Amino acid sequence: MTYRARAALLFGIVAVLFLVEAFVFGTWNTALGIVNMALISAIMALGVNMQWGYAGLFNVGVVGFVALGGLAPALISMPPQTEAFLAGGWRIPLAIGVGVLSILAAIVANGRLAGRPRVLAIAAILIAGFAIYRTIFDPAVAIVETMNPAYAGHIGGLGIDSIFGWHGGVLLSWPIGALMAAAAAWVIGKTALGLRSDYLAIATLGIGEIIIAVMKNEDWLARGVKNLTNIPQPVPYEIDLQQSAYWRGWAEAFGTDPVTFSTIFVKLCWMVFFVAVLLALIWLSERALNSPWGRMMRAIRDNETAAEAMGKDVTRRHLQIFIIGSAVCGLAGAMMVTMLGQITPSSYTPLRFTFLVWVMVIVGGSGNNWGAVLGAFLLYYLYIKVEDWGPDAMKWLTESMQPGPIRDHLTDMASHARMLALGIILLLVLRFSPRGLLPER
Amino acid sequence: MDSLNALVLILNFIVVPAAAYGAQLALGALGVTLIYGILRFSNFAHGDTMAFGTGVTILVTWGLQALGVSLGPLPTALLALPIGILVTVLVVLATDRVVYRFYRRQRAKPVIVVIASVGVMFVMYALTRFIIGTDDRVFADGARFLITAADFKAWTGLAEGLAVKATSALTIAVAVAAVAFLFWFLNRTRTGKSMRAYADNEDLALLSGIDPEKVVRVTWIIATTLAVIAGVLYGLDKSFRPFNYFALLLPIFAAAVVGGLGNPLGAIAGGFLIAFSETAFTYAFKKFVSYLAPGGWEPEGLIQLLSTEYKFAVSFTILIIVLLFRPTGIFRGKSV
Repeated sequence: MTYRARAALLFGIVAVLFLVEAFVFGTWNTALGIVNMALISAIMALGVNMQWGYAGLFNVGVVGFVALGGLAPALISMPPQTEAFLAGGWRIPLAIGVGVLSILAAIVANGRLAGRPRVLAIAAILIAGFAIYRTIFDPAVAIVETMNPAYAGHIGGLGIDSIFGWHGGVLLSWPIGALMAAAAAWVIGKTALGLRSDYLAIATLGIGEIIIAVMKNEDWLARGVKNLTNIPQPVPYEIDLQQSAYWRGWAEAFGTDPVTFSTIFVKLCWMVFFVAVLLALIWLSERALNSPWGRMMRAIRDNETAAEAMGKDVTRRHLQIFIIGSAVCGLAGAMMVTMLGQITPSSYTPLRFTFLVWVMVIVGGSGNNWGAVLGAFLLYYLYIKVEDWGPDAMKWLTESMQPGPIRDHLTDMASHARMLALGIILLLVLRFSPRGLLPER
Repeated sequence: MDSLNALVLILNFIVVPAAAYGAQLALGALGVTLIYGILRFSNFAHGDTMAFGTGVTILVTWGLQALGVSLGPLPTALLALPIGILVTVLVVLATDRVVYRFYRRQRAKPVIVVIASVGVMFVMYALTRFIIGTDDRVFADGARFLITAADFKAWTGLAEGLAVKATSALTIAVAVAAVAFLFWFLNRTRTGKSMRAYADNEDLALLSGIDPEKVVRVTWIIATTLAVIAGVLYGLDKSFRPFNYFALLLPIFAAAVVGGLGNPLGAIAGGFLIAFSETAFTYAFKKFVSYLAPGGWEPEGLIQLLSTEYKFAVSFTILIIVLLFRPTGIFRGKSV
């Protein structure tokens, strides 16, 4: 089968799966919900594919970059908490500035000095910096967090929301989210790249967990586990649509009730945004991949030593692609938070946002952007559906059993079936079809 | 008197818990480092292997408890431990046969094997939850304390008490025994020597007639045994929740890297370094300072460098510092 026929067939199968969801298992509403999340996952998969498929870098902290990017919509579009900010909130950025400055000073000291004075100077700078940081930071946080804790208690955002009456300001947070993830990636990449390959994996595992810990515990930032809700969205709200008489007329013309019609319409609006971003990213990265830069990247991936002998700066190129890939993950994170309208730090689990995305890329076809997209759609669909199918199948299997603890336990454990399915799919593809469903050309 | 109280405070809240935690980390890191040395990849499934082994041990413990078997002051889990180890070793050897052997024969890049280990991690994750669910499980029985705080106060007349949990003491005792056995094995037995030879130079070891499959098998058995022991001790000392074992991956890796991947002695030192730093950085020194400060002065804040939620940040920071200044670890490790 030619590559094109294969791609058409596989994407056809995915389309059929979603149509089956729309008509048989669920409704248009649930099917579109899965499509939208699959589109976001596809963007994450593109980011991971850049790192893994183009450069062979193993990033185990995807969840951290996604979560970090997700902070951007809150920081950009939430209304400013002026009261909290004036009362002491302004000292938080000041404290963070002091922290960053002392780290920079330590780096300068590291470069300028040598021997014992170097160690002493770095230690002194860091300890003093930390002490000053905490003296400014702690009271400021206390002030911010006690300010209207029931609904606020955080520093708020810049309040960029309305552009000519359209709530599109939040879109600005998408590139900002990407930049934030890129900055974190720069720090990690600078340290761990150029060392042996496993170190990057371990360091990214760490940064992922730390970003999640910060999001859960720093209530002043985005309310932590209390969750931040009501982030403005660039598409109309369902409730507004349902209340307009004009809209209800349209729904009647289509022969559906206004509630279903409005939710489907809003999901379609999101879809337009996501598809536009996805296509733009694919276009850009295909252009990059087929440029001299892309060929250099693949040369480095396939044989680092040879590429280095040809005068390519392998570590620098790795850093570059690592930052770009992480930025794409951050972008996806910002998009996801905007769509959900809320930040829920406890939902960021490494299994969902790191390892699932990895399986998407490997199953779809590492090194091939369309493969990553295909993998994202297929795997996200399975991820959502297997969760239902596992317990259903188990219920059917245990129907003849006596109701009791054993039967309950069996049904209960079936809900973990998707992890087993994911693991087995990953192992099978890695072993028998390591190039994935849509191999790199 | 006050300085003695301050000392006891530190012993009670930092030294004793950190020593137990360090022993658990060291056992875990030894497994990671052995696998890295012989099989040459970072095993991401290690945390979930620990969880699986602990899960099996807990089930057997419950069975024994139901039968009325007890070890008196010692936890029943010690009796169940060999069965937990056996089952887990069999499962791990099966994964080696089905998954890793293929890549070994292919001489695949280490990073491919790492990804395969992520697949194994998923499977282990699911298996653990299949057998025992996701909830918190407490399975410690027997004596709770070796020394209770009240007894200690009565003996010494100090204001501060020193409590040593039986599980902490047990952890350290078992860890010492396991490490002693491991070093005896690696340095004195023929198989242990062939393992070290294989880790040093694979080709040369093959030329001298060492059976690579045997070396690999023994490595898996040892690493898994250590992992299950570490997991059960951790579960006894704290409590068993499968997700915590995944989260243990970071400190365990950090310990192995800090000590130099592939270096068993380094893994032990790394485990204790990480454990002591995590505990010390997240301990609130308020009371300690008020004991030592003159004239009954008390500091206003808690004097806690980091809140406990960030203890992983400590292992991470140590990891980054080591990577920046000494990428092969404090004790030179190996590099692939």
